[in-house]
Amino acid sequence: MNPRIVSALVLRYLYLYGRTPMRLIELIFWPIVELLIWGYLGMYLKEHAGAAIPTIVGHLLGGIILWDVIFRAQQGVAISFLEDVWTRNLLNVFVAPVRNMEYLAATFIIGFFRILVTVTMLSVISFSLYQFSVFEMNWAILPFFGNLLVTGWALGMISTALILRWGQAAESLAWAVPFFIQPFTAVVYPVAMIKPEWVQYVAKALPSTHVFEGMREMLTHHTFNWTHFFWACGLNVVFLGVAGWIFSSTLNTTRKRGLLTKFATQ
Amino acid sequence: MSAADREVILEANDLTREFDGVTVLDRFNFKLHKGEVLGLLGANGAGKTTAMNMLLGLTTPTSGTIRAFGMDFVKHRLEVLKRANFSSAYTSLPNNLLVWQNLTVFAKIYGVPNVKQKITELLELFEIADLRKRVTGQLSAGESTRLNLCKALLNDPELLLLDEPTASLDPDIADKVRKTIRKVQKERGISILYTSHLMKDIEEVCDRVIFLHKGKIVAEGSPEEIVKKADAASLEEVFIKIARSGDLAAAEGASASN
Ligand SMILES: Nc1ncnc2c1ncn2[C@@H]1O[C@H](COP(=O)(O)OP(=O)(O)OP(=O)(O)O)[C@@H](O)[C@H]1O
Ligand SMILES: [Mg+2]
Repeated sequence: MNPRIVSALVLRYLYLYGRTPMRLIELIFWPIVELLIWGYLGMYLKEHAGAAIPTIVGHLLGGIILWDVIFRAQQGVAISFLEDVWTRNLLNVFVAPVRNMEYLAATFIIGFFRILVTVTMLSVISFSLYQFSVFEMNWAILPFFGNLLVTGWALGMISTALILRWGQAAESLAWAVPFFIQPFTAVVYPVAMIKPEWVQYVAKALPSTHVFEGMREMLTHHTFNWTHFFWACGLNVVFLGVAGWIFSSTLNTTRKRGLLTKFATQ
Repeated sequence: MSAADREVILEANDLTREFDGVTVLDRFNFKLHKGEVLGLLGANGAGKTTAMNMLLGLTTPTSGTIRAFGMDFVKHRLEVLKRANFSSAYTSLPNNLLVWQNLTVFAKIYGVPNVKQKITELLELFEIADLRKRVTGQLSAGESTRLNLCKALLNDPELLLLDEPTASLDPDIADKVRKTIRKVQKERGISILYTSHLMKDIEEVCDRVIFLHKGKIVAEGSPEEIVKKADAASLEEVFIKIARSGDLAAAEGASASN
């Protein structure tokens, strides 16, 4: 992997965001809307059922903020790729000496930048409106963040592969894919709530579920659950590997079917 | 030294491509020598772009092999791409970036040493220095064609694949662009594979041409040789004859009976 090439590709997106700041609105608008809804719901529940779950506001807001790490990381990969499709730039990149890994790494980095913007903003708002600070998670915020970043990258590669496979018609998958897992990954409720019970096994097979479970434990008991941590890391390795394989084999198939060029010039 | 003795930069051996059971390129063989401009001619759908896409690694061949700079292309794709470049009227650089930003990104990807200087030099070469700070998406078709050519020369390529680089240029600019390509090509000894539907392009830029018809080579030689062999008045006439009758022999027959 050549850092010069990765940074050149990152530069392309930085120029883009610098030139069209309107694109950054998506990093701000929807996350704020969601935060407000869950924040108010949390306040309401706290007032009426606060005795049962004193940390309910933190559970909801922490969940929503961490969920955004997945979503932004996934978007960083999928939207960056679409950006090249939309601007008919894909061929220029593919005939340049760029490895798949270098291309992906650039989109990973862009995903990371997007998260920094959104998460910082959400953290500030949640603290000022609901007095919930992400630092209640203490240093555990870092492993939570790291694991979700990787899950997001994996989902991003899968989304890109789906778009490569089904063409631009499948573009909306770029926004939809993370929501395939959202109901099962226990963002704002514990895994134990998921019914029927066998679906809980599906939930536990997702690396992000262990992060959200760990987050609730941290907020409630101030303990870091290493078992969840190791599960999250292990599953992430599997996820990233499988997603990488899906991406590269889809790219190969696209070349074999002669669709890469059709796709890039249509 | 005749062309045939010169180093072979790019070659295809029995390159074949099928789409859904239809063979669109059939056992295509050619050698591109150092410093040579080889034109690929043929009617719409003859297989030119398909051939070029395989030579760039964008489409996988059904069978056959490609060698570039003496290396197997599949095994050494990145090494080959470092020394090559591509331009077509049908791709574009990101439309939301400024001209200089786009060229900077690609210059960095290719590891060009003096980025600013190189960009200035190329923009001046194609007489679009005044577009430097313009938004790429707002350029006219002809301006963006020339910008694509700047991109294609950023890494001082030894091998250039140009798929209809002059489509959409007005006659004046087309003439300038042809002359510029030819000049740069001669100065630097670049090898070029060139497709175009403008016979003027081909006559002026290409040392040798290959006529494709339905994926098969039907004629090969210098433009003059081919015109002579087909007993035609111009390359354009040969083109039309081949496109309608399918081979040079028939084209000769057709012209004899005229
Ligand atoms: N991905 C694909 N799937 C199916 N058929 C394809 C595909 N790509 C190209 N073809 C077919 O292959 C044939 C050759 O196409 P190609 O683009 O190589 O022609 P060309 O010589 O470049 O034509 P033009 O002068 O119009 O650019 C055409 O019949 C085209 O429809
Ligand atoms: Mg073509």
